[in-house]
Amino acid sequence: MSNPQTVPVTGQSSHEETPLLKIRGLEVGFETQRGVVAAVRGIDLTLYQGQSLAIVGESGSGKSTTAQAVIGLLPGTGKVVGGSIEFEGNDLTKFSDSQFAEVRGSQIGYVPQDPMSNLNPVWSIGFQVEEAIKANGVAQGKEARQRTIEVLNEAGLSDASERLKQFPHQFSGGMRQRVLIGIGLSARPKLLIADEPTSALDVTVQRQILDHLETLTRDYGTSVLFITHDLGLAAERAEQLVVMYKGKVVESGPSRTILEDPQHPYTQRLVAAAPSLASRRIQSKKSHQSSDNDLHIFGQGSLDDALIARAASREAAATSNLITVKNITKVYEIRKQGFRKDKLLAVNDISFGVKKGTTTALVGESGSGKSTVAKLILQLEPLTSGSIEFDGVDLAGIKGDELLKFRRRVQPVFQDPYGSLDPQYSVGNTIAEPLLAHRMGTPKERFNRVSELLDQVSLPQATRHRYPGELSGGQRQRVAIARALALKPDVLILDEAVSALDVLVQGQVLNLLTELQTELDLTYLFITHDLAVVRLVADNVCVMQGGRIVEAATTDEVFENSSNPYTQELLEAIPGANIKLGA
Amino acid sequence: MPSNNMGRHRPGQEHFIASLADTPVAEIDQVDETGKARSTWTDAWESMRRRPTFWISASLIFVIVIVAVFPGLFASTDPRECYLKFSNGDPQAGHPLGFNRQGCDVYSRIIFGTQASVTIGLLTTILVTLVGGIIGALAGFYGGILDSLVSRVGDVFFAVPTVLGAIVLFSVISVRDAVIVSLVLSLFAWPQIARIMRGAVLSARNSDYVTASAALGVSRFKTLIRHVIPNAIAPVIVVATVSLGIFIVAEATLGFLGIGLPPTVMSWGNEINQAQVSVRTHPQTLLLPSAALSITVLAFLMFGDVVRDALDPEARARR
Repeated sequence: MSNPQTVPVTGQSSHEETPLLKIRGLEVGFETQRGVVAAVRGIDLTLYQGQSLAIVGESGSGKSTTAQAVIGLLPGTGKVVGGSIEFEGNDLTKFSDSQFAEVRGSQIGYVPQDPMSNLNPVWSIGFQVEEAIKANGVAQGKEARQRTIEVLNEAGLSDASERLKQFPHQFSGGMRQRVLIGIGLSARPKLLIADEPTSALDVTVQRQILDHLETLTRDYGTSVLFITHDLGLAAERAEQLVVMYKGKVVESGPSRTILEDPQHPYTQRLVAAAPSLASRRIQSKKSHQSSDNDLHIFGQGSLDDALIARAASREAAATSNLITVKNITKVYEIRKQGFRKDKLLAVNDISFGVKKGTTTALVGESGSGKSTVAKLILQLEPLTSGSIEFDGVDLAGIKGDELLKFRRRVQPVFQDPYGSLDPQYSVGNTIAEPLLAHRMGTPKERFNRVSELLDQVSLPQATRHRYPGELSGGQRQRVAIARALALKPDVLILDEAVSALDVLVQGQVLNLLTELQTELDLTYLFITHDLAVVRLVADNVCVMQGGRIVEAATTDEVFENSSNPYTQELLEAIPGANIKLGA
Repeated sequence: MPSNNMGRHRPGQEHFIASLADTPVAEIDQVDETGKARSTWTDAWESMRRRPTFWISASLIFVIVIVAVFPGLFASTDPRECYLKFSNGDPQAGHPLGFNRQGCDVYSRIIFGTQASVTIGLLTTILVTLVGGIIGALAGFYGGILDSLVSRVGDVFFAVPTVLGAIVLFSVISVRDAVIVSLVLSLFAWPQIARIMRGAVLSARNSDYVTASAALGVSRFKTLIRHVIPNAIAPVIVVATVSLGIFIVAEATLGFLGIGLPPTVMSWGNEINQAQVSVRTHPQTLLLPSAALSITVLAFLMFGDVVRDALDPEARARR
């Protein structure tokens, strides 16, 4: 790297302590048909004993590749092509496979990202933990069994000796992640690498797991290397931050310093866009409006200024309900073995209204029934009981032309930008499809409408001829939004529409949605698990838990003085919720 | 800003900021406008185009088809002009592969036999793909009783080996021409395609874009035609190309057993059948038509292999 510009900000004294992990000029490349593609392009990183450090970056930034290089588990054709990784003074890049096997597990522990696929479904939990313990030479024979029980107890699983014989499918996602953390820490490694350890989990579970991990590593004096895309989480859980972008480090240093005073334009963007932090800023801006103390934090990026201004000045509009949901219930019948059927109450007697021109958020964790509500409103599933009114008309039993007319006015945008577009359809055809299905316009008019829509979602006209496979997640989601807007609907039902996107792209799409709402007078039903995003976009919030609405209020009420314990738990669990900004 | 209270006595990283020149920040989420638009099919074509196997098998198939359509261009001798004095005779000028037991020119009989073999292969493949594809698609998409019914009926036919079924049927059918043979083969071969189509449709049916098109107001049947089938057709195409070779073999098997096309029709199977009596003394009369059969089948199998790799992105990624 050419002469990096170093700015000491906090002026810490530089002790002559050997770092536990010292990475210098690390370069990792992947061999492909078109030569070597660099994934990590010369990064530096220092981690001392007992500290925690988080590598933050978007997908494709090289953060996971860095972690995999440290533990010697680069996938496929990946290879370290330059630089050094010193672990306690030994260069890991020069280690042979067998030397690595010694270090791995016993010195460096690893907690993988996906708890669902990282435990072998055909072996019992006890067997798998014991296997790791034996492999790392912690204990053998009977002792190993004893140690297995200890490890599971430490991991926070009660009645561990009972659970030894159980299989992964009998464990919830959170419990599996606890097991994996237990395995990762079983040999008391000096360094634990946690690669997105909680991304697949619900926020409340995420919080418990991270708290637990923090306690354990503090007790054992283990250093932790977090890999995460969530800046709020990183800042809350790690003392040190390394921000990566396109395989390079753009900024690194103490978390607090970076969060409060980001210097690199990319970091500034990240800080501005992270919903958890933006939501905190709105919060603090609202609570001390007169104080200038914290203003410099808001000034960092203009990306969310519009969102913040909107959120800050938001008042629940007193218009009439466009959608009224009354006491709806949905029961699914699940076929069990034989002819028995089980009933699953997915939505349990809920009522709410969506006011014209506003955004109503439906928030809940997985299994809360929020997506089922979307399907019910969209008339994709029949109701078990209750009624849904749209614009004063009961939707019960509408069909034919009436149903088509309803579909024209209420359009969905789905969660998975990779699944909701037909890979065989070009973008132009995808956007034009609803026009065709409703027999609207001549081919020429449809062509022009597609151009107009591409402009509205800020995609270049040339995108028309491309296929979904060539677009990024954010771009696909724009195409999905354009398709939803094609028929000039009144309502968009956004089912986790931004959840799968990187923060910056998420911010951009949220901005787009906000602009479109003002421009086209749209009504949104925004379904999400992410309360931080809700803070940025919603006027009203319904919090769902186990098929019921546990709280329904304006966004401000929910965030400022929610009385519901579940809502409070959710709020507490927003990563970065406990970071004090400029206070 | 008051400095933080943690890590005061601990070493840490200094605040490092990369120079902008070194790490330029790009626009968020720009569309890559360079390069051609790539659909699944253009991608598949690009992938096939680069493989020698594709060109070898495609040119072989091309030649075989031309031979089948215009056999006269390749052989000047009349294959029906047989003189017993040449029985099992050695090659001579104008008769490069010699003569068979009946004293007919082996080369020209192979050339003229191509037509019947390839016709049956193609016709059967088309029939099987159409019938099996439509039945499988409807069963997979609409499910319910239709699916159960079709699947069970398919299983019944699936349980009978194609050639065995054909042997049984031909013991009662007296009319035999290319169309009848194809129909009989298709009768026992469609369940394979139907199963594959049904499976592919089942997975495509549950994808988000199908739900999305329902919510957009596209009718069920149009969704099937426009979204589900195009996304489910790839594995069917792969199996169809491979089975083309297999049907040619099936025809030859029936011919060899003497129950396929009548002996008056020239086909590779019949040639092999007629040559078996002289296999000990003049093996070339049996081996040469067999070689023609093998090359043709090999060409279609190779082609099917390339097509599968091209249409299956995972296989492509592994290479």
